[in-house]
Amino acid sequence: MEITTKNLAYTYQANTPFEHRAIYDINVSIASNSYTAIIGHTGSGKSTLLQHLNGLLQPTAGEIQIGDTIISSEKKQKKLREIRRRVGIVFQFPEHQLFEETVEKDICFGPMNFGVPMEEAKKKAKEVILQVGLSEDILEKSPFDLSGGQMRRVAIAGVLAMNPNVLVLDEPTAGLDPRGRTEIMTMFDKLRKEQGISIVLVTHSMEDASLYADHIIVMHKGTVYKQGTPHDIFSNPKELIDLGLDVPETVRFQLKLEEKIGKRIADPSLSLQDLVKNIQHFFERGNGL
Amino acid sequence: MNKSIVQFQNVSYRYDENSPLALKNVQFSVYEGEWLAIVGHNGSGKSTIAKLMNGLLFPEVGSVYINDINLSDDTVWDIRDMVGMVFQNPDNQFVGTTVQDDVAFGLENHGIPREEMVVRVQDALEKVNMGEFLDQEPHHLSGGQKQRVAIASVLALRPRIIILDEATSMLDPRGRNEVLETIRQLKQEDNITIISITHDLEEAARADRIMIMNQGEVFHTGNPTDIFALDEKLVELGLDIPFTHKLAKQLIKHGFGIDDSMLQEDKLVDYLWKLQQKI
Repeated sequence: MEITTKNLAYTYQANTPFEHRAIYDINVSIASNSYTAIIGHTGSGKSTLLQHLNGLLQPTAGEIQIGDTIISSEKKQKKLREIRRRVGIVFQFPEHQLFEETVEKDICFGPMNFGVPMEEAKKKAKEVILQVGLSEDILEKSPFDLSGGQMRRVAIAGVLAMNPNVLVLDEPTAGLDPRGRTEIMTMFDKLRKEQGISIVLVTHSMEDASLYADHIIVMHKGTVYKQGTPHDIFSNPKELIDLGLDVPETVRFQLKLEEKIGKRIADPSLSLQDLVKNIQHFFERGNGL
Repeated sequence: MNKSIVQFQNVSYRYDENSPLALKNVQFSVYEGEWLAIVGHNGSGKSTIAKLMNGLLFPEVGSVYINDINLSDDTVWDIRDMVGMVFQNPDNQFVGTTVQDDVAFGLENHGIPREEMVVRVQDALEKVNMGEFLDQEPHHLSGGQKQRVAIASVLALRPRIIILDEATSMLDPRGRNEVLETIRQLKQEDNITIISITHDLEEAARADRIMIMNQGEVFHTGNPTDIFALDEKLVELGLDIPFTHKLAKQLIKHGFGIDDSMLQEDKLVDYLWKLQQKI
């Protein structure tokens, strides 16, 4: 399922003294089975954009097309239920939203709300709990007896249980330890590759954006500053640094080294392997070793 | 060596009778004026330690001393006067409608006279570089600014120790830097003891010492260089290896003559630059 925006804008409390233009002139497109990362400062409009992706907000100008449904500023869409099922949003700290007595009930809550019979929902719960890397016996436990990392997976399982086509993740690794972070990022990558689910990742981690995404959208002061492949985005690292954004540590190190040496080493390295290879080639060419 | 300001003596703690020990026989000291980073996987006991330092929890076995005072029901209020805490989520820590009201809140609770309160609020906000935001409403601030106000609120109470419990984990890189730089200044200029609990090794690298927790026990304590030399062991403990170390290791594999003295970014860049000049 594809999502496309046309001159999308959203102003909070329009026509009041508190009017605040959060986003404007947004033209982005999220292809089927793609992995998109949205990066930008706190306050750059990422969260406002995110809430349009499943119709939680209606644009105040322009439009957004989600699959066959168009939501525009002019007309209020009525059939948003199906959109909300197909585009699952996992908000920050989703474990705060767990509430049922057992993990199974919590996961079944969403599908049953959408009219899925209980037996079927339970079957689905068994399926998704494995997809998030937990074992079936956890289904009987209270979500509040789990560790933070497990709770987060359960919350994600609850969204997966609705069979979404698009999974939108707002800072999904915040607060996790490095191992938990890697595990959960690998899991999303797998969901995309094995289930064909599109991933939209809102993140501060430039490493994750460059490692996993095939399309990066840079938000700045309420609009799209730049978009493209990780290679396009990080080809001019200084530009991003001037915006006050980070760049992957490999890119940052290479830039620092190039500034010191006063020569360009290679295109920005997006992984450690690339950086090592580029440094090595640079010295081999100059036969420094 | 400075005087020890925090002492844990054989401390064990469990959250309820049937659950396993969250802390097992934990023993360590924090010295006055130092910055100690406590790292470890989720559930390793880091936050339990923080809660035991200001009497949000009491040890089941063993004793906690803050500035030579044994933590107990009778001393908990004296101890809380010395230990300030800053938590993870900037939005959950605001109580005032303006920045200065927020900082004044704690002072009011302590019955500080108004004239002194005004001075302390201004002073604390200037220390965290938020002096120009006195009348701003909290929701107009960035995450980093909010956390700096949270630090100012703690600072206005003139604590000896500030504990940061994952206080930078919800911030963007710019906000994180602002907060860490503020912390560094406080330590340097006011000799405040800093204890930061974090997963972020770049943050831990700025501390004087690092203590690694693993499954409720102290695994190892040392300066950042010692700790990062643990290398793969850190990954086994659910942590990460700092980027410069990973890079240096790979370069050594490819024949670069890098030694332990070059394991900081600037030094590694210097080494490669000098190597290039020889060409």
